[in-house]
Amino acid sequence: MSLDVASIRKDFPVLHRLINDKPLVYLDSANTSQKPQVVIDALANFMSHGYAPINRSAYQLAAEATDLFEGTRTALAKFINAPKAHEVIFTKNATEALNLVILSWGRANMKAGDTVLLTHMEHHANIVPWHMLVAERGIQLRWIPLTSDGQLDLTNLDSLLQGVKVFSFTAMSNVLGTINPVQQLCAAAHKAGALAIVDACQSVPHQPTDVQAWDADFVTFSSHKMCGPSGVGVLWGREALLEALPPFLGGGNMIADVRLDGFTTAELPAKFEAGTPAIAEVIALGAAVKYLENLGMANVRRHEIEMSTYVLNSLTERFGDDITIHGPTNPELRGATFSFAFRGIHPHDLSQVLDQSNVCVRAGHHCAKPLMRILGANATARASFYLYNTQQEADMLADALDSASDIF
Amino acid sequence: MAGLEDLYREIILDHYRTPRNRGELDAPAVSAEGHNPLCGDEIRIFVDVQDGIVTDVRFNGSGCSISQSSASMMTSAIKGKPVDQVKAIVKKFKSMMTVDEDESPVDESLNLGDLEALQGVVKFPVRIKCATLGWNTLLDALTTAGQ
Repeated sequence: MSLDVASIRKDFPVLHRLINDKPLVYLDSANTSQKPQVVIDALANFMSHGYAPINRSAYQLAAEATDLFEGTRTALAKFINAPKAHEVIFTKNATEALNLVILSWGRANMKAGDTVLLTHMEHHANIVPWHMLVAERGIQLRWIPLTSDGQLDLTNLDSLLQGVKVFSFTAMSNVLGTINPVQQLCAAAHKAGALAIVDACQSVPHQPTDVQAWDADFVTFSSHKMCGPSGVGVLWGREALLEALPPFLGGGNMIADVRLDGFTTAELPAKFEAGTPAIAEVIALGAAVKYLENLGMANVRRHEIEMSTYVLNSLTERFGDDITIHGPTNPELRGATFSFAFRGIHPHDLSQVLDQSNVCVRAGHHCAKPLMRILGANATARASFYLYNTQQEADMLADALDSASDIF
Repeated sequence: MAGLEDLYREIILDHYRTPRNRGELDAPAVSAEGHNPLCGDEIRIFVDVQDGIVTDVRFNGSGCSISQSSASMMTSAIKGKPVDQVKAIVKKFKSMMTVDEDESPVDESLNLGDLEALQGVVKFPVRIKCATLGWNTLLDALTTAGQ
């Protein structure tokens, strides 16, 4: 079923805002997504009528808040097909979720000379914590290179995986849009005896997720890219691995007992949820999950394949060699996130000119500087489309690009 | 609303298209490198200081029109000037960009000349960091030169 985008757009109040009497063309959802009214209402309703602490008070208001909070956990588990709800851990953001699993697992299991396999298309959040372990433990990093159209070059995957303890990779590139074969990569990791960590930040909002079909060990993603509020990240892990994983942050909520000479940890998921979480935001994330489920993630994916097809065809037809779009040319192999170079105009200048038409794109290195160096650029402009974007907006992007040529 | 004509003045685009003093200097000149972590712009400033005078200055790197033209205009403004005067120009420029942090007075009598064209950048706060990248890097280079 195709998405009824006209009707979806009515659900997002900000999309009706005029800036300087012109409509907003929001093409920065790979950065952060806009919020539907149901999410805004969930946040406001809880703040207005239901706000209370969770997990620690007996009164009805607190019990209701705890139920709503745990309801999101249960809904998320179903959304990603996790076997058990307590395998879903809430963090501050996806970056913290990655830091939790990388640093906690790495410190407990890695020593000097141990090797981690990463890819050239990783976000800094899946690079810098490993660099920290390089400094702390003397581990080594190995990298999967890219093909010319921005896919992982898996020619030597098996030899690259030899002796590797962890294979940590993105499910979908935030720069190239490339969708990686997660299931195949997890299988290869396990065959080599390595742990498989999947950064699914760009993937979960845009296509169906099944962590069991992937056969991943840990998966991380964020609320704010999937129509939920900012301030919430998610770590999913296999129960046995989470049980064995040492806690990351210490404090309230994550303990079973604290004595003058030590502590014992709480059961999952509390063990990894120290301190007061983003209560209202987690509850509103539950509304976002429900919203996405009602649309159907397979339909969202189909819409984005259609968008990708249209964007790739229309921009290359109109601008020919004046535009270089990075990443796969086959819409089936990519999400609707397009980094591009246009007529030699610096991305910062380009985004400034596009802003005159309220076309919101990101310019910069997209927190993927190693990849930028490989692309031979300090920065790119990036237009990213989501479930509320239209072909007409892709045309508005193209018109705005044309106007940039008048200045530079 | 601030229009693009406030930002992309002709003199700025001229320095962007035809940068002055682009290149490198050999020792005894020294250099410093600056990054704008938000956008990935990179710049390297080379200075040759002899007897308290900036006898030569060059820049290279890559970045947007604002960072590159600002660096180009900066090199034209400071070349051949005594270090004290160069620092006063830097201070006045950063004050114009609303990012002068120390308390000492700005020399209001200094004429920034073509650099005044960059005043429009202030209306685009995100771009102030682009305009000041070369200038902060120059200060680092002067520090390296023992100034």
